[in-house]
Amino acid sequence: MKKRVPLIIIFCVGTLFVLAIFLPFPPFPAMEGEVSVWFDILKGFAFVLGGGNLIRVTADKIRKGHPDRFYLWVTLVGFFGMLVVGLLQLGGPIAPGGDFTTEGLWFRRIYDGIFAPCMAAIFSTLAFFVSSAAYRAFRAKNREATILLIAAFVILLGRTPLGNSLTAWLPDFLNFLKIPWLFEKILMYPNTAGQRAILIGIALGIISNSLRLILGVERSYLGGERS
Amino acid sequence: MNILKNFLLQLDRRIIYAAIALAVTIPLVLHFAVPLKPSPIVQSLFDALEALPPKSKVILSFDYGPSTLPENDPMAFAFARHLLTRNHRIYMMALWATGARNLDHTIEQVIEKEFPGKVYGVDYVKLGYKAGDEGLINTLFKDFKGMYTTDGHGTNINDIPMMKDITTLEDFDMILNVGSGRPGTKEWIQYAGDRGNIPIGGAVTAVEALLLYPYYPRQLKGLLGGLQGAAEYETALISKYPQFGTTGRQAQVYMGPQAVAHCVILLLVILGNVSYFLGRRRK
Repeated sequence: MKKRVPLIIIFCVGTLFVLAIFLPFPPFPAMEGEVSVWFDILKGFAFVLGGGNLIRVTADKIRKGHPDRFYLWVTLVGFFGMLVVGLLQLGGPIAPGGDFTTEGLWFRRIYDGIFAPCMAAIFSTLAFFVSSAAYRAFRAKNREATILLIAAFVILLGRTPLGNSLTAWLPDFLNFLKIPWLFEKILMYPNTAGQRAILIGIALGIISNSLRLILGVERSYLGGERS
Repeated sequence: MNILKNFLLQLDRRIIYAAIALAVTIPLVLHFAVPLKPSPIVQSLFDALEALPPKSKVILSFDYGPSTLPENDPMAFAFARHLLTRNHRIYMMALWATGARNLDHTIEQVIEKEFPGKVYGVDYVKLGYKAGDEGLINTLFKDFKGMYTTDGHGTNINDIPMMKDITTLEDFDMILNVGSGRPGTKEWIQYAGDRGNIPIGGAVTAVEALLLYPYYPRQLKGLLGGLQGAAEYETALISKYPQFGTTGRQAQVYMGPQAVAHCVILLLVILGNVSYFLGRRRK
């Protein structure tokens, strides 16, 4: 019963919504809109579930004496701190809803003063790691790596004004040797072809996986059993 | 020669870090701006916005966080300047929770300072953030006011003049997404642009831009890829509207450090390969 009921629900709902796309008469078009709203409401509850899970996992690790428990405490204090500051709208008139980014609110001060600089600082360190990796890892070790290296070199050069000026002196009939031309063509053709192949592959994968779910072939979500 | 060989083979990573730090800091301090010629993909988006009739309704979606702010903010600023100069109406929203605060930057730093005559609720509105990712786009496509019952300040949506004739996403003339990941331009194309035949314009980080080329030019009117895309758009904007010659160059100023840093990285790639081949010869 525990497995049969979810399988029936998935089959009915899945079939109904596949049909809803192809059947343009009532109640199908309206049904799609209604269920989209349900989906958004359910997604709102996922925040509560995610928050609860974060607390449970972090608290468990602290209780077991994890070596990084100082940082785990920071996570918990940060989580509850922002929750209280946001829910009570500290620093402004206490009212449900409203604008959390209003001038003077503690929420905005913490966001601007702690969260935003921390995010920016962490992301900025990427520049150092990328440059170090460019020196140590980006090498023409074999034919494939050499092709990748040349393409990356042209793209990187095309992203700088140096790339434009380096080949600007070339006459028009040698346009295909100009860095901006090569940059544009690499992005428009080999890159687009590769991306399209990946996108079509993903789409086919999603369709086949959805069919497996609707038809009850894929059952791992019920607890590990596959068929 | 041997000294150079040993230096390259044993190059300390701290020297690389110092070189990058200097490459970014010096041009930033010297305000080294880099004007760029708009590429076809950027010019195409600029022209699409130019072609919109006045008072067009345009969604500007802020789908990025503070980590990509220097790359994305100039894009949003340039779009806001262009749209308001052309007397379009801007509907500002966010699919990312962190986008709501970035939305304020555009209002505070561009609209309120450079367009004091523009009226909130008539020329622009702050709709703010709503959860749901692509599910939200899907719902907005059917019932816009069902999801946005108030604006970002908590005002009833029906009390806002520019929201009166909006019922679904199909009522908009264009959707512009400034983003750095998922949900972003791709989701706007798949869930709104393709379904409703609504023109979509993208402005994304350089890493994300490569993934969006398959949608150009049929499903995506144009694309600002990274800071360079933003700088190119600023060039197009300034050449058409010279009044932004002093205020509208954020991306061009940020491009200075990025261009120098890219040159340093190119040099490092060359040096890395030289050291690799020197090392192989030694073996």
